[in-house]
Amino acid sequence: MKKKRLFSGGLGQLTIPFVAICLLVLFNVIRDLIMIFVLKTPDYISFFSIEITKNNIGNSVLSGNLISIINGASELAVLAIGMTLVTAACGGQDISVGAAAAIAGSVFVKVLKASGNINAGTVILAFLCACIVAMIFGAFNGTLVAVFKIQPMIATLILYTCGRSIAYWINGGATPTVESPIIEGIGRFIPGIPIPTPVLIVAVMLIVFKVLFRFTSLELFTQAVGINQSAARLNGINPTLIKLLSFILLGACVSVAGIIGVSRLGLINHETLLLDVEMDAILAVAIGGNSLGGGRFKISGSIIGAYVIQMLTITLYSMKVSSTDVKAYKAIVIVLLVVIGSPVFKEKFGRFMARRAASKVQAKGAEES
Amino acid sequence: MKKFKALVLAGVLAMSTVLTACGAGGGNAGGGGGAIKVGVVNNPPSESGYREANVKDMEKVFSAENGYELKTAYSLKNDEQLQAAQGFITEGVDYLLISAAETTGWDEVLKKAQEAGIKVYLFDRMIDVDESLYEAAVVSDMAKEGETAVNWLKSQNLGEYNVIHIQGAMGSDAQIGRTGALDAEFAAGTMNKVVQQTATWDEAEAKKIVESVINAGTDFNVIYAENDGMAKGAVAALDENGIEHGVGKKVVVMGFDCNKWALRELKAGNWNYDGQCSPFQAQIISDLIKSGKAPSSKKIINEEKGFDATTLTDADIDQYGLGE
Repeated sequence: MKKKRLFSGGLGQLTIPFVAICLLVLFNVIRDLIMIFVLKTPDYISFFSIEITKNNIGNSVLSGNLISIINGASELAVLAIGMTLVTAACGGQDISVGAAAAIAGSVFVKVLKASGNINAGTVILAFLCACIVAMIFGAFNGTLVAVFKIQPMIATLILYTCGRSIAYWINGGATPTVESPIIEGIGRFIPGIPIPTPVLIVAVMLIVFKVLFRFTSLELFTQAVGINQSAARLNGINPTLIKLLSFILLGACVSVAGIIGVSRLGLINHETLLLDVEMDAILAVAIGGNSLGGGRFKISGSIIGAYVIQMLTITLYSMKVSSTDVKAYKAIVIVLLVVIGSPVFKEKFGRFMARRAASKVQAKGAEES
Repeated sequence: MKKFKALVLAGVLAMSTVLTACGAGGGNAGGGGGAIKVGVVNNPPSESGYREANVKDMEKVFSAENGYELKTAYSLKNDEQLQAAQGFITEGVDYLLISAAETTGWDEVLKKAQEAGIKVYLFDRMIDVDESLYEAAVVSDMAKEGETAVNWLKSQNLGEYNVIHIQGAMGSDAQIGRTGALDAEFAAGTMNKVVQQTATWDEAEAKKIVESVINAGTDFNVIYAENDGMAKGAVAALDENGIEHGVGKKVVVMGFDCNKWALRELKAGNWNYDGQCSPFQAQIISDLIKSGKAPSSKKIINEEKGFDATTLTDADIDQYGLGE
């Protein structure tokens, strides 16, 4: 009975990401047990162990696979938030987020380099510049989609193609580095706080968007536009504005993701920064149970989706699967998840469960009589 | 009829802009009548820090002061490069210098160059054509880069070698060359392979790979990353987990490419070794051109160094470092 509720209602949209996380956890528990009790591997460290270590600048910090997962998925989670909005409003996806993040990261580094010394003021200035630039590019994409009614994937293909070249113009071909305790504080750890800063940034972003949804009608309007544009317009909502806004908000997310990426290593490589992240971001939205055709959405689902993707990668790495093969394994799992999440499967499964329940009731009835 | 006229006019206009665009793109010239005309077909400087240094070096050596008239064309696409080379032949350069995007498809253009009496030098990358079609190829020996690095590592006389090997994009020349020598050590059993993964030149991916090894509690004492960026990613993972690295510390860090910032890490003792991949072929080619003699060999290896943190000097950083 409980099982049926899990699939047909209850958690609803979040069923798929939760099932995915449970499966991955279960897989790793089994692997741990096999390694410890069957193979008796000496010095084996459980996948789930979290340790407190002293890092090289003397702070106590958390480390372990679980920390690697939530830390490593931060950029993806931030992008997934914005991508969810765009998906919901436009029924399409922005494939230029990786390239746009490279631009934002380049602007961030450029401003820091130009301002000479790196202090709190210049970092905030650089962040604002990067944010504004990314939002302008977001507005560019948004205009193409909302005003000129171009398919989102085609419209953003333009920036996807030329974005990394633009990033190159900003800083040149070399990989400039920025070093400062503040940058390390953003990308790694703030002294005295054992949790990686990117994880905290994701939490802040989530809160900001939750507050935005709580105090404005943005969530409702976005869903209305996504579900039925004409109906939304008849009710006094401006679809063009909502779509444009979703792209601008995604631009803000892109700049945050780009800056996390740059700050992790204190280096900008416009060719590799957040490479191929756009596909993972779209995937996170899909795994999060959001319809890629627009309409209802849950950003918490997309964030869990991002963690699912990262957990999958880290699990494969911890098994020493070759990183060239990781993508193939990822594909297999993702096909499974997407099929399980599809309406056809849900309907078939629901019917199957209902029939089983019915036959049980019948059997029970037969027993009693 | 009016419409047709407008079309023709538009066509003519478009043609003329294309033509002037070509003219502007080709003419990066200086110098006077006696200058040696050199046409360079290269990948664009945006490709990498290596290419940026390579392009700058070409412009510096083949300058008007040195008696050259330089024409340049940059593209990542082979067909555009072929067109540019064709253009240089038509314009009548004296020398054609090529770093090709792809190894195939160059036969015809090089034959035309030969018929026109233009001497061809290849730099950085080889092309699949008959040796008679070019004077010489000035290239890096990536396998030797790997050997130099591994020999340096062996000379450190560590008690045991537990190596994390982070590879570049699989199948690239740099990856194959730099992997070869280390693979031989793994096969011979003189070094232990803790993990061998490709991060496809991605710094963040390199960090994840090293993190996964640390999280599994596996011991290691060497990081062999096939470029500087990935070495930096690996070091970030070490730093966050409190593992000491660098000169006289537990983990030996090795990178490639000699970016200036990487050499500074060496100088500070945070890294141990950086292998050069020299983008400086221009001087060698210029010397060959000025000597007027045919090169002694068709394949000229550009000598490359490996820098040890303990012997690196500031002058080395200035001279060999790429970028800023």
